[in-house]
Amino acid sequence: MAEFDTRIDFYPTHEFKGIKYRRGHVLPFGATMVPNGVNFSIYSSAATSCTLVLFEKNAEQPFAEIPFPKEFMIGNVYSMIVFDLDYETLEYGYRMDGPFKPKTWHRFDKSKILSDPYAKAIGGRDTWLAPPNWDKLYPFRSRLVFEDFDWEEDKPLETPIEDLIIYEMHVRSFTMHSTSGVKFKGTFTGIKEKIPYLLDLGINCIELMPIYEFDEYEHSKKDPETGELLLNYWGYSTLNFFAPKSGYAASGKFGMQVDELKTLIKELHKNRIEVILDVVFNHTAEGDHRGPTISFKGIDNKTYYMLTPEGYYYNFSGTGNTLNCNHPIVRNMVLDCLRYWASEYHIDGFRFDLATILGRSQEGSPLSNPPLLESLAYDPVLAKCKLIAEAWDAGGLYQVGSFPCYGRWAEWNGKYRDTVRKFLKGDEGIVGDLSQRIQGSPDIYRSRGATAGINFITCHDGFTLYDMVAYNQKHNEANGENNLDGNNDNYSWNCGWEGETNDDYVNTLRHKQIKNALAILMVSQGVPMILMGDEMGRTKYGNNNTYCHDNELNWLNWELKEMNADLFNFAKHIINFRRNHPIFRNKDHFSNTDYMNTGFSDISFHGTKSWQADWSSSSRVFSFMLDGGHAKNGNSCDDIIYVALNMYWESIFIEIPRLPEGKYWHVSVNTDMPSPFDFHSLSDESRIEDQLHFIAGPRSVIILIGK
Amino acid sequence: MNVIIKTSRNIVIITIEGSIDSKTAGNLQSQIMETVAKTNNVLLDLSGVGYISSAGLRVLLMIYRQIKSKNGKVILVGVSEEIRDVMSITGFINFFEITNTLENAINSF
Repeated sequence: MAEFDTRIDFYPTHEFKGIKYRRGHVLPFGATMVPNGVNFSIYSSAATSCTLVLFEKNAEQPFAEIPFPKEFMIGNVYSMIVFDLDYETLEYGYRMDGPFKPKTWHRFDKSKILSDPYAKAIGGRDTWLAPPNWDKLYPFRSRLVFEDFDWEEDKPLETPIEDLIIYEMHVRSFTMHSTSGVKFKGTFTGIKEKIPYLLDLGINCIELMPIYEFDEYEHSKKDPETGELLLNYWGYSTLNFFAPKSGYAASGKFGMQVDELKTLIKELHKNRIEVILDVVFNHTAEGDHRGPTISFKGIDNKTYYMLTPEGYYYNFSGTGNTLNCNHPIVRNMVLDCLRYWASEYHIDGFRFDLATILGRSQEGSPLSNPPLLESLAYDPVLAKCKLIAEAWDAGGLYQVGSFPCYGRWAEWNGKYRDTVRKFLKGDEGIVGDLSQRIQGSPDIYRSRGATAGINFITCHDGFTLYDMVAYNQKHNEANGENNLDGNNDNYSWNCGWEGETNDDYVNTLRHKQIKNALAILMVSQGVPMILMGDEMGRTKYGNNNTYCHDNELNWLNWELKEMNADLFNFAKHIINFRRNHPIFRNKDHFSNTDYMNTGFSDISFHGTKSWQADWSSSSRVFSFMLDGGHAKNGNSCDDIIYVALNMYWESIFIEIPRLPEGKYWHVSVNTDMPSPFDFHSLSDESRIEDQLHFIAGPRSVIILIGK
Repeated sequence: MNVIIKTSRNIVIITIEGSIDSKTAGNLQSQIMETVAKTNNVLLDLSGVGYISSAGLRVLLMIYRQIKSKNGKVILVGVSEEIRDVMSITGFINFFEITNTLENAINSF
């Protein structure tokens, strides 16, 4: 302590019922450990007074309530340092007084104790699904965390985005199933225990569905028919943007979730696996005018939310309220939050849920130059983070291809998903569109390059890959909404029978279609993303919106890896294949020219005849050849690769391009062959006898290597 | 919380009993840091420790960092399964060598 003795602010100036305090520092916002005390700082533009409320951990009643003296307020910020607090057992909140006049956009209520928007941990849901005390005076409690994690030499990996293979997962679902074989099921540590699996599969980036603190009980209800408890399971409803979900931590009951999550990230980084967070800045858990007052609503309703002239909540998120992201105060909070996660947690990138909302004005109209998106793109701390937008919202604005990008932002490419699904099920008139998608969608990302699009066929929303080939329609009855929820445009085909079947023909075709899908995804330019479990044929039994289920509809059954070994082996191969062939990972679009003078242009298109693609509306066959001399836009070297996609229901006799003298075509992948002949391991591809023709079986993908 | 400090064969053996949390961590730190500053070999006997909180784990790490800067060694003994799990989950375990018996610990220096 001696080193601080000479500082004047080491000494209290005020005392209130035995608690010593003094004027604080207005920045940073939140609660910060300072010598011998804690600095509290919070903003409200319209409160008439503010009181700091202090609790012992889990206590029903506070041990102190200290009103902020007027002289401690600078501008609209209240701050004070309180001395001799126990960092580990302290819980704190605020009471704000002010008008409750919804028509003037204010909803102050000093009977409520409010959680700090800048709290670094939240108590109240420490253990997943522990029964809450619904009458608690202060349910979601702000806490302090130690921010001295020993990262040793770790830092964000900064893998070039074109080299990523993203694996989208839900923390709890990944290891909660009894077959996961991990000690700490359903937790951050559970993922750590499964790192060897992720390495074996070959992915190099995990994208975590929301891990900011949320209330799994929000809108929870019993299914009237089954009695099952339906939850806010996926967590797309944030309580606090700086706090990790305690219930996802095996150590949450000890308040060590911060160290646990950082340890997971450090271990993933050691294994060269990046971490992207799915972040939900479009709304909060406070709902609309009927929802609870937890934090923002009682601190500064008109700043934090988009409100109608009558004082109701705009609902562009489809969940009750809309965070007012382009208000300068909220914009700064979002920026502070992302900087915090990038610097304190070493997060490699962010995927923004319903990101289009972040580009709306305070009145809700789309902005041509949204300040928040611009700030994030040019921020010095976030300079090397991946920024990925879900470029649509529930207000009907669809911006795939036109999301304001500032040379930085990438997008979930919804057009890729829809086109590839239609092609896979044999729709006509898709070949032209498909040719754009496998090239990284130059039609919509002309000036942004191939890495502007995150290519995916499945994600948490919608069918799994297996269900995409096993169901024509969604089957969402278990969600308790009479099958009315969830998307109706699934572009899926059940291969001849709706749901599970013992029919070998149907099951074989389904497996082939899954392999076809994975192969198309991995040979496409852009950044591929696969959904957790698709590599082993995970099913949700046709439910395409499992947001509320804490059960096997969401939990990954690890026995599938053995049961569907052919799928897993194929997925592993095709991922490995992409990672070993730089020609699939160009940053800039193809130019359809031979700018490296290799004899072939970077990409060329073919059909049943070589050099003659069939663009007609009845065509279901599409082939392309990539010239390895143009790999990484001419900066790397690769083989010549020929890919034939036949989604016609019969075999097709295909003429293949003649290779230069001394090079021969070899088969790498042929999904028409039964496992284990559906692929040849790297460098062990089999040379084909007829170097000018190939038979592509019905609904199959062929990959040839010229070397 | 009780702390007993002994020295044997150039090894400082620190035996702790009770809980190491925010209430006791400061006390523990002030009791042992002077001794730790004068040695390269620390053996922490945690057989009598039932719980270590975040603040407690940080005291262990401070000992490690101080000894490491002198190229010394810190060994833990008597770590209960529960504490071992918490240390593993929060990453602290990676910094320490853990042995099962006091004898093994002493022979590991």
